[in-house]
Amino acid sequence: MRVMAQVGMVMNLDKCIGCHTCSVTCKQAWTNRAGTEYVWFNNVETRPGQGYPRRYEDQERWRGGWELTKRGRLRLKGGGRVKKLLGIFASPVQPELEDYYEPWTYDYKNLIDAPLGDDFPVARPKSLITGEDTKVTWSANWDDSLGGGPQAAELDPIVEKLRAEHRSEAEQKIRFEYDQTFMFHLPRICEHCLNPSCMASCPSGAIYKRSEDGIVLVDQDRCRGWRQCITGCPYKKMYFNHKSGKAEKCTFCYPRVEIGLPTVCSETCVGRLRYLGIFLYDVDAVTEAASTPDPKDLYRAQLDLMLDPHDPAVVAAARRDGIPEDWLEAARRSPVYKLAKVYQVALPLHPEYRTMPMVWYVPPLSPIVDLLSSQGHDAEDAGTLFGAIDALRIPTDYLAELFTAGDTGIVEGVLRRLAAMRSYMRGISLGTGSDESIAEAVGMDGQSVREMYRLMAIAKYNERY
Amino acid sequence: MAAGPLRPGTDGPASDAMLAVGRFFNRWEETDDGRAVFREGGRAGDVFYRDRWSHDKVVRSTHGVNCTGSCSWKVYVKDGIITWESQQTDYPSVGPDRPEYEPRGCPRGAAFSWYTYSPTRVRYPYVRGVLLEMYREAKARLKDPVLAWADIVGDPERRRRYQRARGKGGLVRANWTEAVEIAAAAHVHTIKTYGPDRCTGFSPIPAMSIVSHCIGTRFIHLIGGVMTSFYDWYADLPVASPQVFGDQTDVPESGDWWDSTYLVMWGSNVPVTRTPDAHWMTEVRYRGTKVVAVSPDYADNTKFADEWVAAQAGTDAALAMAMGHVMLKEFYAERRVPFFTDFVKQYTDLPFLVTLVPSPDGAGLVPGKFLMAADLPEHASAEDAAWKTVLLDSASGQPVVPNGSIGFRYSASGEGRWNLDLEGVEPVLSAADDVGGSASSDVAEVLLPCFEAPDGSGSVLRRGVPVRTVAGQRVTTVFDLLMAQYGVARPGLPGEWPSGYDDAASPYTPAWQEGISSVPAEQCIRIAREFARNAEQSGGRSMVIMGAGICQWFHGDVTYRAVLALLMLTGCMGRNGGGWAHYVGQEKTRPLNGWSSLANALDWSRPPRTVPGTSYWYMHTGQWRNDGYSASDLASPLADGRLEGLHTADAIAKSERLGWMPFYPQFDRSPLDLADEARTAVEAGTANSESDYIVGRLRDGSLHSSIEDVDAPENWPRTLVLWRSNLLGSSAKGDEYFLKNLLGTLHGVQGNAAESQMPRPREIVWRDEMLEGKLDLLVSADFRMTSTTLLSDVVFPAATWYEKHDLSSTDMHPYVHAFSPAIDPPWETKTDFETFHLLAEELSRLARTHLGVRRDIVAVPMQHDTPSQLAQPGGVVRDWRNGEVEPIPGVTMPGFTVVERDYTAVAEKLAAIGPLAWEKGFTTKHVTFELSGTLQKLAESNGVMSHGAASGLPAIDTDAKLAEAILAFSGTTNGELAVQGFHQLERRTGRRLGDLAEGSEEKRIRFADTQAAPVPVITSPEWSGSETGGRRYAPFTINVERLKPWHTLTGRMHFFLDHDWMRDLGEALPLYRPPLDMHRLFGEPRLGTNGMEVTVRYLTPHSKWSIHSEYQDNLFMLSLSRGGPTCWMSAEDAAAIGVQDNEWIECVNANGVFVGRAIISHRMPPGVVFVYHVQERTIDVPKSETTGRRGGIHNSPTRLLVKPTHLIGGYAHLAYAFNYLGPTGNQRDMVSTIRKRSQEVQY
Repeated sequence: MRVMAQVGMVMNLDKCIGCHTCSVTCKQAWTNRAGTEYVWFNNVETRPGQGYPRRYEDQERWRGGWELTKRGRLRLKGGGRVKKLLGIFASPVQPELEDYYEPWTYDYKNLIDAPLGDDFPVARPKSLITGEDTKVTWSANWDDSLGGGPQAAELDPIVEKLRAEHRSEAEQKIRFEYDQTFMFHLPRICEHCLNPSCMASCPSGAIYKRSEDGIVLVDQDRCRGWRQCITGCPYKKMYFNHKSGKAEKCTFCYPRVEIGLPTVCSETCVGRLRYLGIFLYDVDAVTEAASTPDPKDLYRAQLDLMLDPHDPAVVAAARRDGIPEDWLEAARRSPVYKLAKVYQVALPLHPEYRTMPMVWYVPPLSPIVDLLSSQGHDAEDAGTLFGAIDALRIPTDYLAELFTAGDTGIVEGVLRRLAAMRSYMRGISLGTGSDESIAEAVGMDGQSVREMYRLMAIAKYNERY
Repeated sequence: MAAGPLRPGTDGPASDAMLAVGRFFNRWEETDDGRAVFREGGRAGDVFYRDRWSHDKVVRSTHGVNCTGSCSWKVYVKDGIITWESQQTDYPSVGPDRPEYEPRGCPRGAAFSWYTYSPTRVRYPYVRGVLLEMYREAKARLKDPVLAWADIVGDPERRRRYQRARGKGGLVRANWTEAVEIAAAAHVHTIKTYGPDRCTGFSPIPAMSIVSHCIGTRFIHLIGGVMTSFYDWYADLPVASPQVFGDQTDVPESGDWWDSTYLVMWGSNVPVTRTPDAHWMTEVRYRGTKVVAVSPDYADNTKFADEWVAAQAGTDAALAMAMGHVMLKEFYAERRVPFFTDFVKQYTDLPFLVTLVPSPDGAGLVPGKFLMAADLPEHASAEDAAWKTVLLDSASGQPVVPNGSIGFRYSASGEGRWNLDLEGVEPVLSAADDVGGSASSDVAEVLLPCFEAPDGSGSVLRRGVPVRTVAGQRVTTVFDLLMAQYGVARPGLPGEWPSGYDDAASPYTPAWQEGISSVPAEQCIRIAREFARNAEQSGGRSMVIMGAGICQWFHGDVTYRAVLALLMLTGCMGRNGGGWAHYVGQEKTRPLNGWSSLANALDWSRPPRTVPGTSYWYMHTGQWRNDGYSASDLASPLADGRLEGLHTADAIAKSERLGWMPFYPQFDRSPLDLADEARTAVEAGTANSESDYIVGRLRDGSLHSSIEDVDAPENWPRTLVLWRSNLLGSSAKGDEYFLKNLLGTLHGVQGNAAESQMPRPREIVWRDEMLEGKLDLLVSADFRMTSTTLLSDVVFPAATWYEKHDLSSTDMHPYVHAFSPAIDPPWETKTDFETFHLLAEELSRLARTHLGVRRDIVAVPMQHDTPSQLAQPGGVVRDWRNGEVEPIPGVTMPGFTVVERDYTAVAEKLAAIGPLAWEKGFTTKHVTFELSGTLQKLAESNGVMSHGAASGLPAIDTDAKLAEAILAFSGTTNGELAVQGFHQLERRTGRRLGDLAEGSEEKRIRFADTQAAPVPVITSPEWSGSETGGRRYAPFTINVERLKPWHTLTGRMHFFLDHDWMRDLGEALPLYRPPLDMHRLFGEPRLGTNGMEVTVRYLTPHSKWSIHSEYQDNLFMLSLSRGGPTCWMSAEDAAAIGVQDNEWIECVNANGVFVGRAIISHRMPPGVVFVYHVQERTIDVPKSETTGRRGGIHNSPTRLLVKPTHLIGGYAHLAYAFNYLGPTGNQRDMVSTIRKRSQEVQY
């Protein structure tokens, strides 16, 4: 066992209001400059939807992440080292500008400078790439709040997959019709993976994972612009700066994190849904975990990598491996560890990519869909609130494809814990007392429900970060 | 090849071999599995991002004008350049067991700094080139700015030439001196020629940059100009609030959502429109609070709801009425819940007695008026007996005149008795209840108006009530009327009643509402039950967050009353965690007294001229000329004929004439000249007073209200100053009429065949030719190019919110905090404070030649929270013009006051606190704050002016000093005043109140405190809730807990409104009224498909990507949205006209045309489109196929529709106050026809 520390993030999608403040503050701070106009280190997607760049989850096309060879070894889906070396001068498989979007501006000056004419001056759209007049036809957030839904959402790779597999729940519930509507928002940054396929893809060795905190960075001096990392990253969170000719990516705001400030996206999240903290993990076990044969077991394997910071053996090993005491303390207080490992309400995004992503998500609850079949639904009644989980609008199949490689049982378990927290706390809010059986029904006890509630609902600044 | 299992690793043997070779040449540490290697150093490349992050300073500021957020921001500055912003997180804690306010903000605010250096930044003063040339020529010739201006506007040809150029480009750079001189000269000329009430100003929402709003408003009032309102004009004012609560609006801070245990979001898309507050809603779910969303579309808030109640747009009152039906049946008729009945008996008008009177046709009985003390022989002689309502004592069976009605508010004998203490009386709730040991068996059938037909026509319900006889009159209680109205049957009552919840034919049952709203009856019943049960269980912690989705309809007041009824019936008002939470533009200026007094320049002259924007623009933009309905179209079938043939313009004129609502200009001549005439008459002994002189001339017809010939040139508004506002791109309902009639430039008014048949007013002169171009001068100050700056004759370059000192507060959180300059105003930009000072200085200079000192006659209506609200007893309409009553100023007509205006001293007065602050103090809600101590301290801290008209008076000659003064004069920020105000209220109410602020006497929030961090405010009589002891602010907690009356007729919350016009419109009680039928009234096509066109409801809800018009042109917001004007449509409607996503369409109706791209989404219901507010014509708007000109704004297909009941005044809580009560500029009843257009657009 070799213990390493990783800064990780948990986003509670059940609180995400889809406001995109994180995207804007991130962009203003980091990519508001020539060459990165189209780059959003942080973006927020409406799901169901295609995402940014569009259909990035279609790994059959984009070849991101890892796959297992016939012999159970991990191999970059875009091709192993030998293939990469031989194909280094070939254009890598990567989204084109039109898959991201062609950034644009407007002829704003015309509003001030227009000579006297016969109509209102107007600012026409201009391409930021060509400088010519343009028509706006796609963007990093084109399908926000289900815009273009009836057609665009069918191209969501998860929807396509569920359709192809004829999952019954999906066929009944994913219809893109008014009375079947569901949606949620998915904010995304770089996953700062434990097993980063971008890093493995880089022919120049310019990408490194910092040993002290696991932040994955591109060395701007060493990057030679091969762009293999863009293929390698299955989340498409590696970007090509077309001005500098180098790759750039989310830095986990290391200039802030290093001095104790949260990342920009976290601190400015008005939904208060982002948590930052330390995970301790066994770096020697990563390959084996990432090689877990059944993709549905990958979540559990990843969870098992996360070491218990209270375990004396772990602490001893961590000390041996040079983890400072204050980091161990941070690991013990870590909200992300609690949400992911202790309460088990946070899940990794697309564990089947085998990169061991370190940004985790609490899946969202949603309104009940069928009014007639759920007449008894009542927040005051714990039993029926539990019962309503399978009546929620967001199909658990859909969530499972995002977070558990398709295992709906895990997702349902999380949603049940959230629902149980609500039921349990209602008694306390109304002063009618707490019902321990609610906590027990989801394998928790009242104390841990209250602690989880404090972390998720009260969510004070110094407990989120 | 053998495929034996290997140890876990990457790739195959070839790679392993490659790595092994590498390892041979390079020594490195690696993981056991060889997957990862460890290296030292090599991090020089990360310097790039460290440099990027570095900055020199961080400055606290926020964003002004137009957003309830009032979020405190960190503005980062590097090398003197603003780089970006992020949110402050240092709000004082709201307690250990609840979430905090950090980090307030939203993507729009996060994108603000883009404006600082953007290509749309207004860097210099601009004047329309044709005007500037004319001005320079005339001035060179005449040597005097005022004469030069007079020369230009006196020449019809030249005047029209620059008017026609408005909005068509051709702005040229001018210097400040010249631009200010033109604007000042136009004002001086207008005051001199027509009078100051032809000078208009508009700037909304003071709370968000209080100083900026204050300074310009103060300037307008010092010259005697007119400020038009914003809150009612925006249709954000819930008229139901003054109607029900006698209060403008008072709502909980968002932190109080956390106290709720049942939360309904009704027409309020919280994540989009209350972005920084939305977390309270998501988080309170974790406490076990059930969340329900009522919205026609699957809105952004719907995904957080436990249930989505998909009521069709505009039908919410039907749902609310049916919920009320369920509550009254299950919690009042079948079972009485003491928690509920105790509440309604003490805090609502339900136990009060109402007379039953014959219906106009004599066919039956209808509810009449409140029984008053004046109707009781033993009370008739008491002071203000006509203003004291009556209830029955259940013990004695005798009528009782309880404390607290408005009759106790102003009279000497009412001192100590204006309270809700029932003094042991147990009021009878129903006339059928046991009274003094005997039940009443007397019953009567009453006729009640109903409007269930989609075309808006009325019908009559026959339902019974128990009756008693008091002082010879047959009376019942408001409660009994309510039970009849909601159709809740009780044994022994006559009339027609629903057979049950499933009786779809009988109004207000759950099944009946399903036919209108599409909400399943079962869902309606379930939500109503849960809501009431929760209230019972939690002690009133059911809350409704109400929004524009239900407020901004023509009948939004009716809808609100139906929803408020649910809260009042369940004891949820005045509770932490319960009650209404109306968040539509209600931006609380917490330091209220200081702002309102200084903005209105009450320290120098009183009263100011204020006017409801809706009636003002309805008349002056000529929208009255093609209004398809008259008040009689809206009348109840039980109306007595008073509204017959009354055009809306007539109703506005009547409202002005009777002293209900103001209208300006006042008269068909200058009020300065009139004042001179009046004084001459008084001096000559031909009139007793100036006021008498005016009454005489109005009576003999030699003087007219200007509204009576509103299109006559002498009655036009002549100058309009806009700052912190984008009237013509944002809030102008009927924008194209503004362009056509007010500005006289290009427009998109379409008109239709129905116009020739439209009714005409009786009392307004009709001119066949509408003269286009009323306004001589349009001035605006802004930091970016908007529709308004493009149309302006003079544009001043404004400092942004990051470039000045100011104050911000909101209803959403309890703090006051500061704007601070991160950089000085760049290029030639100036703060609003500096701009108005320059304008005042130039005006004062020109006034020395042209104006001097003048006397001004100011006409104002009867005002809310003053004794004049007791002007017209019983709410009986009596018109002096018809001889129904004598014309008495301030009683049956407006009051007239003479004000002296020294036009040469406007600048000096602007910069100092005037003497009336000492002499009269400042008053808010009839609490007068005595200010001598505060003024003394202010003089010490701010210094005094050294010379001129303000010599020796406290200085407010910088923005920071004005901020200091605003804080000093407000109870919320000056504890001494809060205590003083509460002690004054103690004397009137006889209730202990001082302890709410005692202990804060020494607490004085200084401007510097607000610059350091957001500061929590002090509980003050300026507001109705208590923050004492660190509790969350909820409205009316002082009323409920301390028995302080609401500012209403009964002193309680009102279900019943007995004013003549309320009865004539059939709205005495809560009910449902459908959206206006635009086919019947305006000749628009019927809803539905017609060939390749579809006619739909045209809704303009608020957008995720802008705050009103701001940010809609911001590159970040455009990049995250569809990058230009859009229209959200359902897949069904899009299919009907063959439109694909992102294709260009046009939305057309008689008022104008909107051109945009379709966003097709299954979250939209068929029959409804969203054209998000505000989409201007500045960004990517091509020429319209319909008009051949630039496509319109979101408000091009809208127009003003004025509801007559909003014009009521002079009657208790139905009395005027600025932004408090007035007709709303509602726009949601619009329909529009959608067409696909050529995809090859031209610009």
